[in-house]
Amino acid sequence: MARFLVKRLFSAALTLFAVSVLSFLMFFALPRDPVTGMCPKNCNPERLERVRQELGLRDPLISQYAGYMKGIVTGRDLGSAQGGRCDAPCLGWSYVSNEAVSDTIARVLPVTLSIVVPAAVLWLLLGVGLGMVSALRRGTWLDRAAIGFSLAGASLQLYFVGAVLLLVFVYTLHWLPVPSYTPLSDDPLRWAGGLVLAWLALAFLFSAIYARLSRAQMLETLSEDFVRTARAKGLSRRTVYGRHALRAAITPVVTIAGLDVGGALGGTVITETTFGLGGMGRTAVDAVRAGDLPTIMATVLIAAVFVVLANVLVDLLYAAIDPRVRLR
Amino acid sequence: MDSPQAAPPGPPDAGPAVPEPRGGDDPYLRVDDLRVRFDTADGVVRAVDGVSFTVPRGRTLGVVGESGSGKSVTALAVLGLHDPRRGTVTGTISVGGRQLVGLPEDRVRRLRGRDVAMIFQDPLSALHPYYSVGRQIAEAYRVHHPRAGRRAARARAVDMLDRVGIPQPARRYDQYPHEFSGGMRQRAMIAMALVNDPALVIADEPTTALDVTVQAQILDLLADLQAEFRTAIVLITHDLGVVAQVADDVLVMYAGRVVERGSVTQVLRRPQHPYTWGLLSSVPSLHGDPDADLVPIPGNPPSLIDLPAGCAFHPRCRYAGDRSRAEVPQLVPAGADGHLVACHLPTDDRARLATVPLGERRLP
Repeated sequence: MARFLVKRLFSAALTLFAVSVLSFLMFFALPRDPVTGMCPKNCNPERLERVRQELGLRDPLISQYAGYMKGIVTGRDLGSAQGGRCDAPCLGWSYVSNEAVSDTIARVLPVTLSIVVPAAVLWLLLGVGLGMVSALRRGTWLDRAAIGFSLAGASLQLYFVGAVLLLVFVYTLHWLPVPSYTPLSDDPLRWAGGLVLAWLALAFLFSAIYARLSRAQMLETLSEDFVRTARAKGLSRRTVYGRHALRAAITPVVTIAGLDVGGALGGTVITETTFGLGGMGRTAVDAVRAGDLPTIMATVLIAAVFVVLANVLVDLLYAAIDPRVRLR
Repeated sequence: MDSPQAAPPGPPDAGPAVPEPRGGDDPYLRVDDLRVRFDTADGVVRAVDGVSFTVPRGRTLGVVGESGSGKSVTALAVLGLHDPRRGTVTGTISVGGRQLVGLPEDRVRRLRGRDVAMIFQDPLSALHPYYSVGRQIAEAYRVHHPRAGRRAARARAVDMLDRVGIPQPARRYDQYPHEFSGGMRQRAMIAMALVNDPALVIADEPTTALDVTVQAQILDLLADLQAEFRTAIVLITHDLGVVAQVADDVLVMYAGRVVERGSVTQVLRRPQHPYTWGLLSSVPSLHGDPDADLVPIPGNPPSLIDLPAGCAFHPRCRYAGDRSRAEVPQLVPAGADGHLVACHLPTDDRARLATVPLGERRLP
């Protein structure tokens, strides 16, 4: 198990290294001069040249990359125009928002986490629960209702569902405040109240896939010999389905969940936009619009970290669920 | 590793729920006019259609027949494993004096694995791939011994692994099915079936997935355990060699019905039904002429939705007459005591044919 873990972590580190190199090269691969975006007004050649010097763009590529990575790990000095000392994890200075990128991230990342983590818990419980119930009650009205629900979830768009939820619960019934972000540590109730619609909208759309997937998996598992063996042992239905069948049926769900949650943590642009919440997704999109390269790079890197970490987690979960995986 | 308060080997604290039948004349398992039908979109499948047999403790009944003859459906019915939403079971299944058909699921469940246990064909797919072998055995023990602790169950499982001849049972306990060889897996499966000292074991093709040498070991093991615990065994197989080796009585099934029933000597030495003749003549022999052709039974088993009228075997039977096509033959005594056959062939014709080598039998 330890060897398995080390191997997975090593390949995760390798992936992250590759992503960091690629996103770093983006600076130079883009058709746009990285400097113009950072020198919006009164640009004259001297000033441009000064910005180039400050950014270290005159240095060789490798030492620029090394400097950037060093900043992430130990922090570095960016010069007076870029806020001076930049502590680890230093992700550079944004000329657009005139602040250290790490400060921007520190502000918006909690928003995304607050949207995605509870939503993911909801959609997993709802999706797997629905899938299980409809598999065990196959052919009944419950099954058909669950299928209808997931069909709706799979075909509707978030901005539509979100708009309907807002219209009903905020603007018509006035049950909920206009969505906004309050840090959890400030006021848990307001935190939840401001985000609950985003959770519901995300959970509704995502749980659809999970309901279908877990229903199909469960049905397949129920016809497995080992499920019949479990029943032949005299185990209760609860144990047979809840333990023996569920554990075997859940593996593909874990895979998809890892990808979905990892991806969503990198930013949920549409959700954030629909509910007017400024998270990672909005920040990334705004940065792209403004040509704010340090911020783009930071959001790409962080999204990559989430996806890679989620995959490592999935691998570990797999190994925990299926003993045969540990051998490989 | 074993704790001092581990359960002693031997019978578990809750013995068989029903006292041993006195005098031995009361068979542990009595199946009477069992019918299992499934309503499908294409029509009603009569998978088992009026099957009766008995198995006393300490004896082995071999159930033979082609795939789809209703062997496994019968076995699952005895365990009460048919989904009532899909299959309808009628008739009598009496296990240790209790009628199973119509019993609430929860009562049947408590019988399963404790009084009646099942050994499945392919232990790799029949064991859960994600749980250690020992844990699965311990689980089977604990479900019927709720007061037994984790350690007691573990000790019991290790003891069972040891008893079925698995070396280093304490170490093997924590291994997973994929870490076992095929023969060892089947031994573990047997250990799991026997962990509660069941009075009746149903073995559905227990050796089919194993190679021949292992097959013999497994059959010997079953026979030893049977001798020790006086277990009643129903052995489902299509391998007549296996039947000859271990069965006391034989039931030949065709299209959901019993076509011949009797002691192993009666059925294998003096078979009465043309289908049994066909089964026997399609088995290669080590003793006869090595160049002699095997004689397969022509045709295929019939669709259970649309059975041929009369004797279901008649389209494949070279002795079928008009009566075979019109009237379903009933099981009637044939010759020796307890030997039953369901065939319209007149007794003297059958007796005459029985003296002719299987491949050359022809009606005049």
